[in-house]
Amino acid sequence: MAMIFEFVVQGAQMILVLALAPLLIGFIRKVKAQLLRRRGPSIFQPYRDLLRLMRKEVVLADNASWLFRSAPYIIFGATWVAASLVPTFGTGLMFNWSADLIAVTALLGSARFFLALAGMDVGTSFGGIGSSRETMFASIAEPAMIMIVFVVALIDGSTQLTEIAAHMLAHVELRVSLGLALIGLVIVAIAENGRIPVDNPATHLELTMVHEAMVLEYSGRHLAVIELAAAMKLLLYFSLVACIFVPWGLAPHGADFGAMTFGAAAYVIKLAVGGFLLALFEISTAKMRVFRVPDFLGAALMLGLLGTLLLFVSRSL
Amino acid sequence: MTPLTAALWSIGALLGVGGLAAALARGGDASRFIYCLCGVLCLILFGAAVVPRTAVALTATLPLGLPWIGAHFRLDVLSAFFLAVVNLGGAIASLYAIGYGAHEKHPSRILPFFPAFLAGMNLVLLADDAFSFLVAWEFMSLSSCALVLAHHHDAENRRAGFIYLIMASFGTLALLMAFGLLAGSVGGYSFSAIREATLGEYWKPGLALALTLLGAGSKAGLVPLHIWLPLAHPAAPSHVSALMSGVMTKVAVYGFVRVAFDLLGPPAFWWSMPLLTIGAITTVLGILSATIQSDLKKLLAYSTIENVGIIFVALGLALAFKANGMALPAALAFTAALLHVFNHSLFKSLLFFGAGAVLNATGERDIERLGGLIHSMPRTAFLFLGACVAISALPPLNGFVSEWLIFQAVLLSPSLPQWSLKLLVPAAGVALALSAALCAGCFVRAFGVAFLGRPRSITAKNARETDLWSLAAMSGLLALCLLAGLLPSYLIDTISPAARAFVGGHVPTQGDIPWMSIVPIAESRSSYNGLLVFIFILFSAFLSAWIVRLLGTHALRRGPAWDCGYPDPSPVTQYTGSSFAEPIRRALGHVAFVARDHLDMPPPGDTRPARFGVEIRDRVWDYVYSPIQMSVEFGADQLNKTHFLTIQGYLTLVFIALVSLLLVVAIWP
Repeated sequence: MAMIFEFVVQGAQMILVLALAPLLIGFIRKVKAQLLRRRGPSIFQPYRDLLRLMRKEVVLADNASWLFRSAPYIIFGATWVAASLVPTFGTGLMFNWSADLIAVTALLGSARFFLALAGMDVGTSFGGIGSSRETMFASIAEPAMIMIVFVVALIDGSTQLTEIAAHMLAHVELRVSLGLALIGLVIVAIAENGRIPVDNPATHLELTMVHEAMVLEYSGRHLAVIELAAAMKLLLYFSLVACIFVPWGLAPHGADFGAMTFGAAAYVIKLAVGGFLLALFEISTAKMRVFRVPDFLGAALMLGLLGTLLLFVSRSL
Repeated sequence: MTPLTAALWSIGALLGVGGLAAALARGGDASRFIYCLCGVLCLILFGAAVVPRTAVALTATLPLGLPWIGAHFRLDVLSAFFLAVVNLGGAIASLYAIGYGAHEKHPSRILPFFPAFLAGMNLVLLADDAFSFLVAWEFMSLSSCALVLAHHHDAENRRAGFIYLIMASFGTLALLMAFGLLAGSVGGYSFSAIREATLGEYWKPGLALALTLLGAGSKAGLVPLHIWLPLAHPAAPSHVSALMSGVMTKVAVYGFVRVAFDLLGPPAFWWSMPLLTIGAITTVLGILSATIQSDLKKLLAYSTIENVGIIFVALGLALAFKANGMALPAALAFTAALLHVFNHSLFKSLLFFGAGAVLNATGERDIERLGGLIHSMPRTAFLFLGACVAISALPPLNGFVSEWLIFQAVLLSPSLPQWSLKLLVPAAGVALALSAALCAGCFVRAFGVAFLGRPRSITAKNARETDLWSLAAMSGLLALCLLAGLLPSYLIDTISPAARAFVGGHVPTQGDIPWMSIVPIAESRSSYNGLLVFIFILFSAFLSAWIVRLLGTHALRRGPAWDCGYPDPSPVTQYTGSSFAEPIRRALGHVAFVARDHLDMPPPGDTRPARFGVEIRDRVWDYVYSPIQMSVEFGADQLNKTHFLTIQGYLTLVFIALVSLLLVVAIWP
């Protein structure tokens, strides 16, 4: 019985991240519009967009291969699994131990690998430009992420997110390295999700575009699946920041239904605050040139490395 | 018959097959027969390595080699592991060659040396005295050099063979001196005598380690001794390239492990520092160089250099932990290193096989002239893609497992007491993370440019799928990659006795952990389950596909590419390999090489085309090898003068030489 309950809770987490991801996108768009004194579309608009895309027929380029057609589902699968492994409302879920933070990072790497390949499949210059730039960003963002994982793992003595959250709750303290890791993680999250100032999610035809260029040839249900995966990736980074740096409200392992509901409410509030801050940040900066991005990401890498070095030198920094 | 005698008989049989091939090869179609024999013998050797046996090492002495000494052979847990790696690679390469070798124009230049090369590698692993080790090592080098020179009509291959020969001789010389130091003045050249002897003085073990690092490192491809590798590995026929890259570099790793972890005795902590430094530099330089290559086989060779660097970083960590008496972390790092040895031998062989299939189908190694092969060679494309995912350390395939274990070992290293290591290990960690990310980019580029998009040449357009033997070999390797990624616990348990014997500890037994996940230290610290992750991804992907079908339409229409409304039918408008690598080259490339862009833009009104070229120079060539070459040439010029002396001059020279030698003898303590 207990096992069935745990199974259901794990399934609830999978459905929760899937269901909340478009809402988060809609919320950020709404806040951005309001801050710019526009009315903006309803926060449920992303759901309608997804449904519309699913009902449209797919127009496939003549020379698209099987890889192009299966990549959306591979990307979606890997991203969904990664997003369900990051604690949202509670820790210690049934399958949380099957992959740690390094594996979650690598799962996102798998999704990106196939997205970059899909961009090159039709053989257009736009797809190539997107894949090439995504690869350059990833080649700095991924080591930066690993270094941030190192900082967190060295502080908490574990790479398991459940243990990390529990340790952070038990030992609330201000550390230099933790601050460095937070800044680094935010930079990586902005770059990985193609937000301003790295990429502009609102535009479609701009010479510095990255993510939109890779998916330019996609249409219909394929595009819907990729958009949903991108939304889940954004949600994943929000959950990650929430789970590591503000773990309050997370239901512990074996908690009852009430604690979990409270955890879910806390999670939604964290998402709302995070979404508001992201929207505020996005409207207050301008997009940077594409060859400035390595410097921006290099800062995250250096912060992560500095944090790791501090922890190697002294456990208490 | 013990496994060791079976192995020795098989090695003898391999040498016999080499002789048979030399006799048969001129006659006609002997290649299938020869490769079949090689494959069977490799399987027997593989069996000898993996059959369960007691922990006691088997030894044998043959009356060969130096009189009164003989040749000593020994099969212990470490040589058994490497024997399994080598012969698994050898067996699958033979299977591949049954199909691939049929395209060879001059089989007589390959067939006799292929079994000899396999025998040489096996002998290195079994040798138990310095003399047979060095003879086997040199035999392995020379037979592979003959294979590199198989297509010697190409001037580039001749140059590759020449440089390989020089570097191999240099490596053997360094190893010779290392064993000379290890054996000491008494001259016990058997490994058991060396193990018991203690190198008392402080500088002696350090010097022996440095010499071994030079000797084994030059064969494995450590920077800056790597320069021969990206020339020689691609020059050989593809199944030999796979053996050289996937397997022979591992024999070099074995040589290093044998000396550093076994013969040299208890390590000092500073031994690990050159390993960590050189390993970290090797990973980053190797993968950066791979990212800009347009020759597919050269790209794979540079990626081998990167992986060798990863293995050496892990070995460095193991040495550091072992020196500080931390048995569990040492075992973790050592296990990770050996697991990466196994994994890399699988996916690198598969990648070279794929490159060979492409080479056969199109006659091209240059990815700038390929493209669209996923349509004409779908099976090869799928298998090559699998290997790309595996080597990029992406879950759920096997490359990720070993990298993950290495990261776990890095995370244990703050408890190392030495300050120098505290600073060095994070730097090596960031190099590993950087190279993992760059590796994914490198293989996106390799696969994307060669297999995806539109064909860039007629030959690429008319390519045909490769033969069934090659496909069988590649499928087998991909299946092994997947298995090793999903169920790594059995592999870790297989390595565990070696870790116990060489670093004095072992990671917890993985086989009986529920759900077959791997838990290297404790569950509260870290755990990973490739099988579950794989099942989850499959489940999510199929569930999403099903729901999409349920909610949406099935309608699908083919049309011209969108490309923002301006699709250009010419394939030259696609991104090329060099344009793909350009951002990475600009952002990170300047650490590895000097790149100069040449742009020739005609003024308005001039009708000649604009030209753009990139000149890339390797810093290692400029700063290390060019000065050496110049000084050798200068010295040779100076010594050349002694060819034209008078008879009195020569007599004086003889006299001076005699007196100085006598002086040395008189002064020597």
